[in-house]
Amino acid sequence: MHLTDKEVRYVANLANLSLTEDEIARMVHDLGGILEQMDRLAGIDTLGVAPMAQVLFETDETATLRPDVERAPLGNDLAVANAPVTSGGYFKVPKVIER
Amino acid sequence: MKQHTVASIRAGLLAKEFSSVELTREALAHAERENPATNAYLRFSPERALAAAEKVDEKIAAGHDPGTLGGVPVAVKDVIVTKGVVTTCGSKILRDYVPPYDATAIERIEAAGGIVIGKTNCDEFAMGSSNENSAYGPVRNPVAPDRVPGGSSGGSAAVVAQGTAVVSLGSDTGGSVRQPASFCGVVGVTPTYGRVSRYGLVAFASSLDHIGPFARNVRDAATLLEVIAGRDPLDSTSADAPVPNYAAHLDGDVRGMKIGVPIEYMKHATGDTADRVNEAIESLRAMGCEVRDVSLPSTDYAIAAYYVIATAEASSNLARFDGVRYTMRSAQSDTLSNMYQNTRGEGFGAEVKRRIMLGTYVLSHGYYDAYYLKAQKVRALIAQDFSNAFQEVDAIAAPVSPYPAFRIGEKVDDPVAMYLSDIYTITGSLAGIPCMSVPCGTTAEGLPVGLQILCKHFDELKMFRLADAFEKR
Repeated sequence: MHLTDKEVRYVANLANLSLTEDEIARMVHDLGGILEQMDRLAGIDTLGVAPMAQVLFETDETATLRPDVERAPLGNDLAVANAPVTSGGYFKVPKVIER
Repeated sequence: MKQHTVASIRAGLLAKEFSSVELTREALAHAERENPATNAYLRFSPERALAAAEKVDEKIAAGHDPGTLGGVPVAVKDVIVTKGVVTTCGSKILRDYVPPYDATAIERIEAAGGIVIGKTNCDEFAMGSSNENSAYGPVRNPVAPDRVPGGSSGGSAAVVAQGTAVVSLGSDTGGSVRQPASFCGVVGVTPTYGRVSRYGLVAFASSLDHIGPFARNVRDAATLLEVIAGRDPLDSTSADAPVPNYAAHLDGDVRGMKIGVPIEYMKHATGDTADRVNEAIESLRAMGCEVRDVSLPSTDYAIAAYYVIATAEASSNLARFDGVRYTMRSAQSDTLSNMYQNTRGEGFGAEVKRRIMLGTYVLSHGYYDAYYLKAQKVRALIAQDFSNAFQEVDAIAAPVSPYPAFRIGEKVDDPVAMYLSDIYTITGSLAGIPCMSVPCGTTAEGLPVGLQILCKHFDELKMFRLADAFEKR
């Protein structure tokens, strides 16, 4: 599987990731090599096999549910304590909608 | 500190040879002095450790039991959150992150009297097999300082090997506990998926992530697992299965145990690693085990399936690091999308970017069925291979890594080669079964080799009994 420069830029945009020109060139090379390995998947017959999304263990249907009881939340101050920019107890981000 | 075990610390505390505070001070001083040789610790947590040690001493003074891990210095991989103690995940993007809560595993360790003395270096967000992907510099293998300790839990393996902690916690997604354990010559355990709560483990690939213990002997690893295992209402994937008293059952008797050796693994194994593993298998036979070949026919597709699933889940999990909630925001953030893109571009290292890109690609429109869905089907086949094998045998014995610890810098520029080296560990990860690495000798150069033991879901007890008997051979 060969990836083009344009495809790498497209995927970087989907991933919200800014890449330098050097990084893009490196990605074209590295991702191509890795996808070549991944393309081996086409060689195995999986007709009728159900996809395994999670490791399942035998248990009651409701065993993974927790009791619905109140539990103190983190609280506003702690929730925003690690944010780079806050204002009035909220996360602050660049303006999204222009007036 | 290197001679200490969980049992020796307990005996010393109860005999009043030392107090928990004294031992903790000594452990911290020793670890801080020795750390420059390996760079295995990223930071120490003296205040927290001494507060926990005081509690242990109070318990003993009051005539109470100090707890299963009473006074034991524990190191914790820096992807497991610790309230009030900076947790970086080996990443620049979380350089200043101070978690507001503790992981469940940490709470349970301290409730059992364990002393968290520091946080260990690792590959960024646990992505790597050499610990060279840390934003805070590589870790040196204590056995051979020019070599890697393995990864991604390289720091947690190194501190136990170096003797700067008695036990430690790592995390394993595709081999990140077992492989560094084998490279550093210590015991490393990946429990059954769901055996240990993931609450507070910063997510890499949620359907594959495990917390697992490191120790210098099987008994201590089993004891640490027993403390952290069990249902946690805060992780809906944690299993409500009883947790046995593992250590009480390590009687050394494994006569009649049926051991499978996967033909697909051994046909590729070469050199000293293969020799040590084959000798280990002969030892098991000499101990009275019945050894036979088993087949895991889907093995050849495991790496491809793993790297599709793991990167897909990573690309989704790491979307949360966006410049809003977690400490770092790019100075170039004039618009919302610039903030996202530049924060992530500046904050993540090369390997994390590579995996986010791969994961985003395999989930993108037009490729989902060919990669992600297909990989999940192959995962089912790999799990079925193991289920079939465990109809015939009690445990599987195999190598951990195709080769011993390599030199720092030797493979860093070849991501494909690095990924391919995970072949023996990712199969067990995909199936979600318990697996571990136990030391089985060294190469001609003196580099440690690990024997991997795999059992069926929730059969950790059998795995520990076999590993313990092998360790005492």
